[in-house]
Amino acid sequence: MAGYKPIRKVVSGNYAAAYAVKHARVQVVAAYPITPQTSIIEKIAEFIANGEVENLQYVPVESEHSAMAASIGASAAGARAFTATSAQGLALMHEMLHWASGARLPIVMVDVNRAMAPPWSVWDDQTDSLAQRDTGWMQFYAENNQEVYDGVLMAFKIAETVNLPAMVVESAFILSHTYDVVDMIPQELVDEFLPPREPLYDLTNFERPFSVGALGTPADYYEFRYKLQKAMEKAEKVIREVGGEFGERFGRDYSSMIDLYRTEDADFVFMGLGSLMGTVKQAVDLLREEGYRVGAAKVRWFRPFPKEEIRELAKNVEGIAVLDRNYSFGMEGILFTEAKGALYNSKARPLMKDYIVGLGGRDVTVNDIRKIAENMKAVVERGEPDVEVDWYHLKR
Amino acid sequence: MEIPESIKKKLTIPAEEHFYAGHTACQGCGAALGLRYVLKAYGRETIVTIPACCSTIIAGPWPYNTLDANLFHTAFETTGAVIGGIEAALKARGFKVKGEDGIMVVGWAGDGGTADIGLQALSGFIERGHDAVYIMYDNEAYMNTGIQRSGSTPYGAWTTNTPGGKKHFLEKRHKKKVIDIVIAHKIPYAATASVAYPEDFIRKLKKAQKIPGPSFIQLFAPCPTGWRSPTDKSIEIARLAVQTAYFPLFEYENGKYRINMPSTKREPKPIEEFLKYQGRFKYMNRGDIEVLQQWVLKEWETLKKLAEVFG
Ligand SMILES: Cc1ncc(C[n+]2csc(CCOP(=O)(O)OP(=O)(O)O)c2C)c(N)n1
Ligand code: SF4
Repeated sequence: MAGYKPIRKVVSGNYAAAYAVKHARVQVVAAYPITPQTSIIEKIAEFIANGEVENLQYVPVESEHSAMAASIGASAAGARAFTATSAQGLALMHEMLHWASGARLPIVMVDVNRAMAPPWSVWDDQTDSLAQRDTGWMQFYAENNQEVYDGVLMAFKIAETVNLPAMVVESAFILSHTYDVVDMIPQELVDEFLPPREPLYDLTNFERPFSVGALGTPADYYEFRYKLQKAMEKAEKVIREVGGEFGERFGRDYSSMIDLYRTEDADFVFMGLGSLMGTVKQAVDLLREEGYRVGAAKVRWFRPFPKEEIRELAKNVEGIAVLDRNYSFGMEGILFTEAKGALYNSKARPLMKDYIVGLGGRDVTVNDIRKIAENMKAVVERGEPDVEVDWYHLKR
Repeated sequence: MEIPESIKKKLTIPAEEHFYAGHTACQGCGAALGLRYVLKAYGRETIVTIPACCSTIIAGPWPYNTLDANLFHTAFETTGAVIGGIEAALKARGFKVKGEDGIMVVGWAGDGGTADIGLQALSGFIERGHDAVYIMYDNEAYMNTGIQRSGSTPYGAWTTNTPGGKKHFLEKRHKKKVIDIVIAHKIPYAATASVAYPEDFIRKLKKAQKIPGPSFIQLFAPCPTGWRSPTDKSIEIARLAVQTAYFPLFEYENGKYRINMPSTKREPKPIEEFLKYQGRFKYMNRGDIEVLQQWVLKEWETLKKLAEVFG
């Protein structure tokens, strides 16, 4: 354990995000309310009202589209900028997400996973954030409130190193509104870890005027895209370094992009994103007691995608049960596609099956994971899946 | 030739240039001229935000910038939000914004990006009171995408999606009064201006610079390409727009209206004067012209009344 005394607070995932914003000394927050994200921006507003933050400009915009646009303006003008949203709000931002990454702006956003309407639902579902897969944003999925806090701090450092925006994703209500102990880091130590931002370009520098985001002709546009991909590749390295540094400084290691739990001797593993994996880890412990040799592979970073680490994992297991709290219509669970894609050109290709779980906030319990384990065990023994995509909870 | 002192005093347009030759506007483009005046008024320490519109092109492709000021290109509907974000960042970073010695944060958007898709962001920008200047250059259609109607297109105009034909289609709605919408926000300063009256425009820009909070200027900027008008008639057309009271110049400041031009004493010139050089109006029949004329006079009476009561 690192040699410092953490500040222990019992907070919701949303408050954990707000505290991280405060500790990161964010300079501009532009945001628009949407359940279940709202309490993040309310808490930040409270910090301002109580004089707990210095120099934080709060821009209560008139829409999420403008929240992202204002964050883009702020970040382009050199400030450390933050926003937060959910589902419909994130979808409304979509156009501007591309703008943020294209203009190479290290904005950090918390997305509280919420199901897309209709039907209206305020509950957990990962399709909103995963649908932003191709926007050039990095995506970190938090398992618990601690990871929300840590994730925001790391996201700023990583984003500002590679000049790409980053999304920290937490699940609706399961994290956003559930209170848990979070070890926060004293401000001086955060400051050492996360120094003030040094912008890639600075609109306040008038020595030699320049423009950002101008028309890119076919002669140049292509190279801009390539550079964006190069930044993502660099991000993989930076993520591991910053995650490792975070571990050394604060005792919680994030140096791998997938969090492996009891996978060393596992016959098959569960793979998934976010808070779901907390339940899975618990189930793994129970299943191990019952004689199942199972493990959990929590994908921390969905973009950049941990291709190499998944290939490594695949070498040692016979099966991967992907748990997707999301869906790409006309295809399958999104993580399933991605994980399979990562393995296609690799020698090790374990059996894979996709379990669609928890859409729109349907509870996913330890018992559900046990049932999935039973099914997956049979699949592995048989050597082929019964069905490739299993709508696990379906009322039949 | 040496300019006599007496004349020099009357020259209110700053001599220095901050808009380079080599821009890619069409000949006679009012927007290009307008941008040049903006930079003359505000100088180099200006951050300009331009959304998707003709000015995106005018400013030049990567890696060029025809502005001698920093330029951030943004998405079509976001001007109000982006300049708000820039202003907030500058303040958080401890810069002085607006005023005579502050950094000028300027949004430069077309009528489509202002009257239509960007109206919401404009409204938010004004309501939140950002220290920035939003300039809508009004060429009365979407020119960048090939002359389609916008909310600011006048009655009777031909555009590519309101064409004139055997069944006589044309634009059937009157010009949206964006300035009235802006004023309804009780903005500290709003004004109309025209490229035909650069002294007046620059005076207004300077005023907008001094007055704290958001300012809005709607600049009449002829577009020979879209208006099907001779490239050397842009200024004359813009002047006739004022003289016919089609586009009167006025200011709104702290609840007060002041008409700058045309004269409230004289009768406006007939609307035909404004229409005559523009191919976009050639499909109008007598009845159409009368409808437009009546609208212009009614709006003009309203404005005069406002200036009288709230002058
Ligand atoms: C969301 C979105 N929809 C449509 C467009 C296409 N588009 C680009 S410029 C433009 C018209 C701009 O018109 P205006 O604001 O009047 O400026 P002008 O081109 O006349 O100078 C349109 C429709 C876009 N860039 N973004
Ligand atoms: S189309 Fe019109 S507004 Fe656009 S550059 Fe040409 S003249 Fe200017």
